[in-house]
Amino acid sequence: MSPSAPPRIEAPPRLEAPARAARPRHLSRPARRVLALGALLGVGFCLPALLAPWLAPHDPLALDLLDALAPPGTAHLLGSDAQGGDILSRLLYGARISLLVGVATVSVSATLGIAVGLLAGYAGGWSEQAAMRAVDVLLAFPGLLLAIALVAVLGPGLGNVVIALSALGWTGFARLVRGQVLTVRARDYVLAAESLGAGHLRLMLRHILPNVLAPAVVQASFGIAGAILSEASLSFLGLGVPAGTPSWGAMLAEGRTVLVEAPLVSVYPGLAIMAVVLGFNLLGDALTDWLDPRRREA
Amino acid sequence: MTFLLQRLLWTLPILLGVLTIVFFLLHLVPGDPVDVMLGEQALPADRAQMRAALGLERPLGVQYAHYLARTVRGDLGTSFRQRRPVAALIAERIPATVELMLAAMAIAIALALPLGLLAALHHGRWLDQLASGFAVLGVATPNFWLGPLLILAFAIKLDWLPVNERGGLAHLVLPAVTLGTAMAALLSRMTRTALLEVLGEDYIRTARAKGLPERHVLFVHALRNALIPVVTVIGLQVGVLLSGAIITESIFDWPGLGTLLLGGIYGRDYPLVQGCILVIALTYVTVNLLTDLAYGWIDPRIRRP
Repeated sequence: MSPSAPPRIEAPPRLEAPARAARPRHLSRPARRVLALGALLGVGFCLPALLAPWLAPHDPLALDLLDALAPPGTAHLLGSDAQGGDILSRLLYGARISLLVGVATVSVSATLGIAVGLLAGYAGGWSEQAAMRAVDVLLAFPGLLLAIALVAVLGPGLGNVVIALSALGWTGFARLVRGQVLTVRARDYVLAAESLGAGHLRLMLRHILPNVLAPAVVQASFGIAGAILSEASLSFLGLGVPAGTPSWGAMLAEGRTVLVEAPLVSVYPGLAIMAVVLGFNLLGDALTDWLDPRRREA
Repeated sequence: MTFLLQRLLWTLPILLGVLTIVFFLLHLVPGDPVDVMLGEQALPADRAQMRAALGLERPLGVQYAHYLARTVRGDLGTSFRQRRPVAALIAERIPATVELMLAAMAIAIALALPLGLLAALHHGRWLDQLASGFAVLGVATPNFWLGPLLILAFAIKLDWLPVNERGGLAHLVLPAVTLGTAMAALLSRMTRTALLEVLGEDYIRTARAKGLPERHVLFVHALRNALIPVVTVIGLQVGVLLSGAIITESIFDWPGLGTLLLGGIYGRDYPLVQGCILVIALTYVTVNLLTDLAYGWIDPRIRRP
């Protein structure tokens, strides 16, 4: 008998602690990818964003025209922009704006979308029709167009950006959740709960909602990526954050004016946007693999 | 025929919804839109004239009915800065946007189909990895970053291509690549997935078992079927291209609908903004309709109930 075999047979009495300690080694590949990407985004994006006031070497709004377009060096680690602002500090504060817009937009969109999708799918009939037609109408505005239209009339500002992005963002959640509700609604355990006398609210919140949330989590990850990209687009066009705010999109717009003299001013914020959007997209892919039981077993 | 009719009828409520949202945009302006457009120091006579031109003094229901009636006739109002009909301004700009979008789409398809095909044929090997890398990066690259970088590299440093003018083919290259890259990334991924799925089908095995040449199996049996979902995605991507065109046009000063819309926004020319939004949304609805119809035509299974 091999030396490793006997301990396995004798192990059962000590269930709790070893089982927990051993778990990380038995994570499936998708689960490990989710953890790795989550950790990467946490350390590389969320943490710097949250700690920006302590990490930033300079005031992101401090301008010094005498020190404009300084090359990377000891005074400015990544150089300074056309107004003499410290690029590293502005990038760190820009991460805050991206994180804020991403999380706020997805929170508003998910809350609204899940509620509408759950109610529509559960109730059926004319209310479902009305909700889904509203979704169709909003989806008739391609991509950023509705957001551009809304910030154009509401004016710039972070709050308005979140409103404008959520105006379309909730439709994705609503469609997804409604579709899931339609399949879960007819499952045996829901019918069983119903026949035992569970009320509508209990059926929706206790039996249906928990079983439709997994795809919504995936959608949320892609949603954060989309919201960050959209905010940057709006700010690039001068429609997002108020002038002077260190948003990555606004930094790119400012960088364009000095593209020839100082291309690095444009390179950093673009790389930042790309890395974060890539991170959340990959996290969404990994979550899909992890949460889809068919792929998990494979 | 019923499929066509149903799909057309389906579009009507959506059109009405789009018209309604665009109508209410003006009423979402915080405060008085006339103040915002003219500034608070405007003369009372000018304000009254603007108010009348926008029809703001009438009850909301009457405004709405009047707006629907004139829009259906093709009257999109008058731009108050350029003092010309919005419809005419838009009509002048459409060719430039269509040209840009078609070029972007052509580049995307020309890049994505071979890439997806190669990736599927070399499934799991380095070529596949390379194509996947391009797909993932391409989707995450903001076009407002790619555009300036392309200008820097190919127009300023290398001086190979012109920018900031609409002209011959050379002028089209950089804006089209900027706009088309994300679509190319997505399409290459779609093509790869669709091909891999089709290549596992029984009819492919049958075709091979019959002794057909591999090239015939690939291009006639596999690619044709794999293209069905790809065509749908191309149709859906027109929406992304339309909104991407707004940004791309602003980077390259391209005289299309996007720069017209942005000019309207910066100048608070709300009738112009409404007109542009409406035309872009209607274009998208129409393209979606055509895509659905094309889908039914390519894949007869869709038409059957």
